Amino acid sequence: MTKAELVIIGGGPAGLAAALSAWESGVKDILILERDRQAGGILNQCIHNGFGLHYFKEELTGPEYAGRFIEMLRGTDVRVRTDTMVLDLTADRILHTVSPEHGYEAIRAGAIVLAMGCRERTRGAISIPGARCSGVFTAGAAQRFLNIEGYMVGKRVVILGSGDIGLIMARRMTLEGAKVLACVELMPYSGGLNRNIVQCLNDFDIPLYLSHTVTDVRGKDRLEQVTVSKVDENRRPIPGTEMVFDCDTLLLSVGLLPENELSRQAGVEIDPRTNGPRVWENCETSIPGVFACGNVLHVHDLVDYVTAESMRAGEAAAKFIQAGGETGDGVELQNGDGVGYTVPQHFRRDVSDKLQIFFRVRRIYRDAFISVYDGERRIARFKREHMAPGEMENITIPAMFLKHITGGPLTVRIEED
Amino acid sequence: MIYDVLVVGCGVVGAACAYSLSRYDLRVGILEASNDVANGTTKANSAIVHAGYDPLPGTAMAKFNVLGNAMMPDLCRRLDVPFSGCGSLVLSLAPEDDAELQKLYAQGEANGVPGQRLLSAAETLALEPNVNPDVRSALYAPSGGIVNPWELCYAMAETAVRNGADLHLESPVTAIEKSEAGYRLTTPKGVFEARFVLNCAGVAADRIAAMIGDESFRIQPTKGEYFLLDKSEGKRVGRVIFQCPTKAGKGVLVAPTVHGNLIVGPDAAPCAPEDTANTPAGMAYVRTSALRSVPSINFRENIRNFAGVRANSDHPDFILGESRAAKGFFHLAGIRSPGLTAAPALGEEAVRWLREAGLALTEKANFRDGRRRIRFHELSDEEKNELIRQDPRYGRVICRCETVTEGEIVAALHTPIPPTTVNGVKRRVGAGMGRCQGGFCGPRVQEIIARELGMDQTEVLMDWPGTWVLCGETKGGASHDEG
Repeated sequence: MTKAELVIIGGGPAGLAAALSAWESGVKDILILERDRQAGGILNQCIHNGFGLHYFKEELTGPEYAGRFIEMLRGTDVRVRTDTMVLDLTADRILHTVSPEHGYEAIRAGAIVLAMGCRERTRGAISIPGARCSGVFTAGAAQRFLNIEGYMVGKRVVILGSGDIGLIMARRMTLEGAKVLACVELMPYSGGLNRNIVQCLNDFDIPLYLSHTVTDVRGKDRLEQVTVSKVDENRRPIPGTEMVFDCDTLLLSVGLLPENELSRQAGVEIDPRTNGPRVWENCETSIPGVFACGNVLHVHDLVDYVTAESMRAGEAAAKFIQAGGETGDGVELQNGDGVGYTVPQHFRRDVSDKLQIFFRVRRIYRDAFISVYDGERRIARFKREHMAPGEMENITIPAMFLKHITGGPLTVRIEED
Repeated sequence: MIYDVLVVGCGVVGAACAYSLSRYDLRVGILEASNDVANGTTKANSAIVHAGYDPLPGTAMAKFNVLGNAMMPDLCRRLDVPFSGCGSLVLSLAPEDDAELQKLYAQGEANGVPGQRLLSAAETLALEPNVNPDVRSALYAPSGGIVNPWELCYAMAETAVRNGADLHLESPVTAIEKSEAGYRLTTPKGVFEARFVLNCAGVAADRIAAMIGDESFRIQPTKGEYFLLDKSEGKRVGRVIFQCPTKAGKGVLVAPTVHGNLIVGPDAAPCAPEDTANTPAGMAYVRTSALRSVPSINFRENIRNFAGVRANSDHPDFILGESRAAKGFFHLAGIRSPGLTAAPALGEEAVRWLREAGLALTEKANFRDGRRRIRFHELSDEEKNELIRQDPRYGRVICRCETVTEGEIVAALHTPIPPTTVNGVKRRVGAGMGRCQGGFCGPRVQEIIARELGMDQTEVLMDWPGTWVLCGETKGGASHDEG
């Protein structure tokens, strides 16, 4: 059986950063398995700019951001095997792979980093009623057609969901000469970054209908019309509020789902709140030596945060290979009022210098506090002027704050005072 | 050229007729209105092989259901069509259902359904632990099963074509006139003449009949809506779970599919012939009804809704046999449930009619029965490796959700009835049938179709004519260097 010290599944931003940091931490036998024809992942179709402001302190496009990492890896012995699909993963860290070049191959890994990314929720996932005509695309699929293949998917467009890809595609379609009639969002707030609302909708006079949804899709062959209705506080369409748009294209930007089919096959414990693995503070999953980072772990807003997280995962994988697994008492993290989930889900008490916690809030907050409680005792508090579900939050708790905790679960909650 | 037989419509019934006829030395033509076969009721139904206790004894539905059911395992083995004889259960969930189960059992006995048994609540729950714990009893039929309906159609139609039948796609019949030899059928693709005609036109069968002055029946297209759930729900039940039938139909069923998903549906609502839209009311009804049978179904795992249109008619039975208005013109019409199960037997029946009508049937010396297709994900590790060595395209996974390789897609594009659309490929090999619904592989499938069939990518449709996907190139254009 082929062997590798570290195998990274996925050559997108998460996998590339994990490989780089593992290399820098001294692991020399690293193999990245990428199912597409090139490394870079979904960044390759994100040709807009705005990437890298945090990490590189400059504004890059998606392909440029990926290119930086691919370039840095050129200076290492990290092997990137493209056109390679992992069919199966076992708990004893054996990967069953297939590729045109190497055929079917089993690989035994000393450690594994899961970096498979996420996929888009589809029409079926939200059971949009109406005709089964053509012209209904997930925003990401449309993005691939435009930006990789060079084809337009339609001329008059309605977008359901205000996730970032949908917003980006509103602008992209407009720049290509299409008319974007509306962006329709079920929730009373946008699911995307505020800067994308401004730069992709407002700047192009594209109306955003909050608390609205698509209630009918019509078209004998190709899409001809969609009906949009206002929804009540229980997200049910309100009869009599229908607006009809004549359009040939409906783009769906209705959420992303971490792709954890392989993780599940291996028996990795999945957190139903994130749909990603339950991890320790070092990104290690419930299976020792198997780490997870990037959108397979939880859906991020900015690639810069994916990079930072994946660097930690790569470093931890290196440590596992070189020094064996971590031990020590675990402390659970819980999400309290206003918090949708936390990553990590638990941490080791003797965390070295600080504990960074990532999460998303459930609604929009202004001038609120993120508080961390150990039972009834508040051990840390962070002020935020503005928080929104579309933007990932994070707090950093210095290790000294964790010295005297009881060992019971810590709770992260939002307080408005 | 004058055909001996023209088959109008290439759903599963037309394909079965063509398959049965292709064994004989005959000139057989098939006229299909759509741009692919299996593109109507055949592609959107419950995919059930019924045991045969539902139809009233003495009906054609009863006879051909039981006959077709008996043919199915061997036929599917021969033609490499996914089939599972998983058995079926009809649940009694209320006191008034008990008598209905007794009635179904009695009908089953009269119809010759093999091995059926009435089960106690405990026996039912032992077989199917996830059905409603309040179940009172159940009718178990071991001969019930599931099949891939469109692949059954492809397999029979491909075998017919491989044995000399001519398939004419995008050839809806617009007029029929009597000719010296038999009948002359007009289509946009030309005029076709035949001694005998088999009307297998599904929801259009009454319109075809009317073209020869036969107005003895009317089709009432009846829509049924469905949920198709992720494979994570595929083991929720191991058998086809029915409720007791009502006047509206057989009720909502919950069943595994041969692909490993869970199918839930249908309702029944009169509709226009081409109305396959899902409705909030229909979906809500299906969901609520299904939860009565299997309360634990997790509808959050839904990956697709669809609707199928059944060719119900104003007759209580299948409409079979020679038209009273036109000699040599035969109907296989009003083929509602259990039409899929009955189809192979109906094909054989049509051959009998034609023989009796004076068509000389000589078996072909070189008839090539049987069909095989590679399903990469089902192969052993060694077989996978060997196949990739022979053709590296089998090592390139295009559809990650269903593990479908480029090799399989290319092979499908070079079968006797090559698909030309994204959904045609999806139904041939499963690419795009999984949880991402083609979000990732759709563009790549489109590219492969264009490349293999020498089309421009913008010409590749999603499905039936008019379902365009791309409207042109971007400002930068689509020409780029590979690699």
